[in-house]
Amino acid sequence: MAASRKLTRRQVLQGTAAAGALGMLGRFDWIGQAWGATDKVKMGFIFVGPRDDYGYNQAHFEGKSAVAKLDWAKAFDEEKVPETIEVQKTMESMIKLDGAQVIFPTSFGYFDPHILKVAPQYPNIQFLHCGGLYQEGKHPKNVGSYFGYIDESQYVAGIVAGGMSKSGKLGFVAAKPIPQVLRNINNYMLGARSIRPNCTTNVIFTGDWSLPVREAEATNSLVDQGIDVITCHVDSPKVVITTAEKRGIYCTGYHCNQAKLAPRGYLTGAEWNWAKVYMDYAELIRKGEPIPHLIRGGLKEGLVKVSEYHQTVTEAVRTQAEAAKAKFMSGSMVVYKGPIKDNTGRVVIAAGKEHVQTDIWLESMDWLVEGVIGSTKS
Amino acid sequence: MEVGWWGVLIAVLGGAIRIGTPFLFVSLGECLTEKSGRINLGLEGTLVMGAMTGYAVALHSGSPWLGVLCAGLAGMVLGALHSWLCSFRRVNDIAVGIAMMLFGTGLAFFLGKPYIQPSAPRLPSIDLGGWSDVPQLTAALQINALFLLGIVVAVALGWMLKHTAWGLKVRVVGESADAARALGLPVDRIRIMSTALGGFLAGIGGSYLSLYYPFNWSEGLSSGQGLMAVALVIFARWKPVGCLWVSLLWGGAAALGPSLQSVGITGGYYIFNAIPYIMTLAVMIITCSPRRNLAGVPHELTVTR
Amino acid sequence: MPHTLNKALEPFLIIVGSLSVSMVLFGAFVAAAGANPFEVYQTMYRAAFGTSFSWQNTLIRAAPLMLTALCTALPGYLGLIIIGGEGAVVMGGLFAAIAALTIPDAPPMVVLTTMALAGMAAGAIWLAIGGALRHYRAVNETISSLLLNYIAIALLNHLVTSTFRDPESLNHPSTHHIGEANMIGLIPGTDLHWGLAFGIVACVLSWFLMHHTVFGFSSQIAGGNVRAAQIAGLPVGRLILIVCCVAGAAGGLAGMVEVAAIHGRANDTLNANYGYAGILVAFVARNNPLAIIPVAVLLGGIRASSGLLQRVHELPDATVLVMQGIIFLVILFSETLYGRFSRMPKEGAA
Repeated sequence: MAASRKLTRRQVLQGTAAAGALGMLGRFDWIGQAWGATDKVKMGFIFVGPRDDYGYNQAHFEGKSAVAKLDWAKAFDEEKVPETIEVQKTMESMIKLDGAQVIFPTSFGYFDPHILKVAPQYPNIQFLHCGGLYQEGKHPKNVGSYFGYIDESQYVAGIVAGGMSKSGKLGFVAAKPIPQVLRNINNYMLGARSIRPNCTTNVIFTGDWSLPVREAEATNSLVDQGIDVITCHVDSPKVVITTAEKRGIYCTGYHCNQAKLAPRGYLTGAEWNWAKVYMDYAELIRKGEPIPHLIRGGLKEGLVKVSEYHQTVTEAVRTQAEAAKAKFMSGSMVVYKGPIKDNTGRVVIAAGKEHVQTDIWLESMDWLVEGVIGSTKS
Repeated sequence: MEVGWWGVLIAVLGGAIRIGTPFLFVSLGECLTEKSGRINLGLEGTLVMGAMTGYAVALHSGSPWLGVLCAGLAGMVLGALHSWLCSFRRVNDIAVGIAMMLFGTGLAFFLGKPYIQPSAPRLPSIDLGGWSDVPQLTAALQINALFLLGIVVAVALGWMLKHTAWGLKVRVVGESADAARALGLPVDRIRIMSTALGGFLAGIGGSYLSLYYPFNWSEGLSSGQGLMAVALVIFARWKPVGCLWVSLLWGGAAALGPSLQSVGITGGYYIFNAIPYIMTLAVMIITCSPRRNLAGVPHELTVTR
Repeated sequence: MPHTLNKALEPFLIIVGSLSVSMVLFGAFVAAAGANPFEVYQTMYRAAFGTSFSWQNTLIRAAPLMLTALCTALPGYLGLIIIGGEGAVVMGGLFAAIAALTIPDAPPMVVLTTMALAGMAAGAIWLAIGGALRHYRAVNETISSLLLNYIAIALLNHLVTSTFRDPESLNHPSTHHIGEANMIGLIPGTDLHWGLAFGIVACVLSWFLMHHTVFGFSSQIAGGNVRAAQIAGLPVGRLILIVCCVAGAAGGLAGMVEVAAIHGRANDTLNANYGYAGILVAFVARNNPLAIIPVAVLLGGIRASSGLLQRVHELPDATVLVMQGIIFLVILFSETLYGRFSRMPKEGAA
């Protein structure tokens, strides 16, 4: 696991209003833990929604299934645990009654206040949160974060979308205008514009993570406006993909591979590869090695991947997409390189300035890049 | 083809039919049930159960229409169960409805786990918009036969309630159980049958959601549609054909939010998405009055006593 | 059997009988799903009441339900069927959080009191709208309270993501934190926050209000027969509004507790279906505030067992929904058994 990012000059930025209190890279504080080598490693997973939603939770469940197959690990999970005090009780129950040594609460909203309340009471148990919020010095030592830069995959998907679109109008059905989502939208647009400079992306925010009827309506409205490639960031992309297929337009997927749902139109997709993350954690625990507080990675580290291209994707598009992928793999790709304007005309990144993938400035993103039709205000 | 603002109108038109159809079926079912003097809040559970059953049967048999039929049958069973429980003295039908909602939803989720992944065959659509050059309009007018069936059912139900002996019996039972008994009518049996039929229609409404639009079986499918149907029935003054108009109105209002965003009105989308609810409440406030009794209300209905 | 003993024994026997029957039915369901019913029951007991941890798990889930059940139970005395608990909780939590932010420098007790008052006021107003619409415009209160739920949730989402948004709460739009010092603490010696105490006290006070005051008696009369009440000179409209305000205040208090004891902020997790669960508790408890307490604990226990059922028996989360449905259907059905075993004429409900 490429967690051994050597210490750079990066300083630990403490939470000020601008910092946005999200995770950051800094000095990794290695926590020494040693697990009994003879015991099975016991891992508990918590999902906020149903584990077979063809989307976010399923991606995590597939990761959990991968570790469950290991004969030296025991993995158990609970689904549909809401982000209320119930998840605190679930975590405690897994620790007390199942003997979990490490807990993976996979929904963003589990961190504050829930993990932060429970973790200090069980200092020997690891709490590894999917979301990247860990802050050195601020959060308990037995807490850690992991996240994947799936926006890298969305960038590549954006290239394919921009290249294959006939009308030059792309569509994005999103849940809420939060930084993780905005980053995906912006990456998609920037990727598309790298192959087709004048294309646009219409965004519709449905307001919540799982609203099938509204997602279908949003898709239909977008198609009515002339969009011919659509993608989404909702918990379960199934509805958007199947509606797009019915209307006869292209689509690119998210979270998991939805190619089966749209044999005609599924160009490619941005997928998680949580199995790798969980297997790596399990190995670390088994070997008794310290667990880093913050694990993040993109295409290069194998935390995310891009779906296979559809057979109709042209050579030219494939070449450009693969070239971008190669740049990500070598670590040389910088998506946010100035000058970049947002869609109100304001310059958000000045010429000559660049923000690499791990720059925490990107984590407080609240703007949409030029070419995106939509607003972050509700 | 650039449609711009006309896109909103097209979306509202298409949405009225697309989103309104399940509401049409569920409200017709509830209308019949309430005409007989019973209120069934459990239709939410029936809807979800119908959606799951329809999807599962369609998957196994390859025929979406068979799925629709079985969805209706499942709904019928749940409706009959509800009404049978309520036919006992002192059992509160509103409470039973809410418990049935939990039960039906839970049962559907439980049995439906294996059906979330696979893709069932979809119900076919009928192209009513073939005359138009505007592809958006064509798409909006691609409706499902269930919608047409719903119109037929609405008209038929309205006619039958007014002009047949069966309809008269149902209405008498709903107006005054005592009068019905005096006439020798089997009150409980009639109510059970009406609720069962109501459940049948609601089950079909559910199957529309999973087999046509949004064509998906998952645990987040319904968002209170069954409960809203009860509101819509009051809105429609217990007239089946009124249920048709009200469902269309609701569907159009629900399509407004997303389509406004697609033309660039991006602010306040939570409020826009709440328009159907605000609209229903506003209309109810305007049209109800303490002086006149709610026209058309069956007097046996516990909700209005 | 003497009449009084019969009267006291009857509800007890019926409840026990109902629970037994539902356990048998649920056991059959679980067996059909491939699990061993006895083991399942053992697991459920262990998860809900087996250890002190389980008890606390159960009680913490029961706490909000005690308050939201009052949103349905109290108007029930007047013959109103209101299902607007969800809206009261959401509005209460939102305005409690906002109130806390207006007085950031006040001492914690002042902040908490203000929050409680603001939350209760918001919840009271929200539910009273339904009551007023019913009395003055004859709008069916069940429907209007349901619609108001959705409107409240939309308002919450809108305000939390725009006007009152804490810019630092980027990935989960929320209001500003009310400050750690202002959070409600735990009951000493336990893992439970004081919200549980609020719930129990509210239920006891409500019971006292409805059964031992003139106001309560007037409400029951108005609930029994509106015309008779009006002829007797009772101010029915005022009674409706007051009862709805009290009921809504309870719901609003539940929302305030969510904010002050758990999250420290108002955001979309306020919409946690406590309101809807409360409706069921109220109906099963037959609107009696004292009965609400054990029923809420029962429901809390069932929900608490969901986690262990998933992990030990690989049963999906929906299993618990089915169990709730079965238990409550059986208990509601058992209403009909009251009075069948007694030779004396039965009194009215509640």
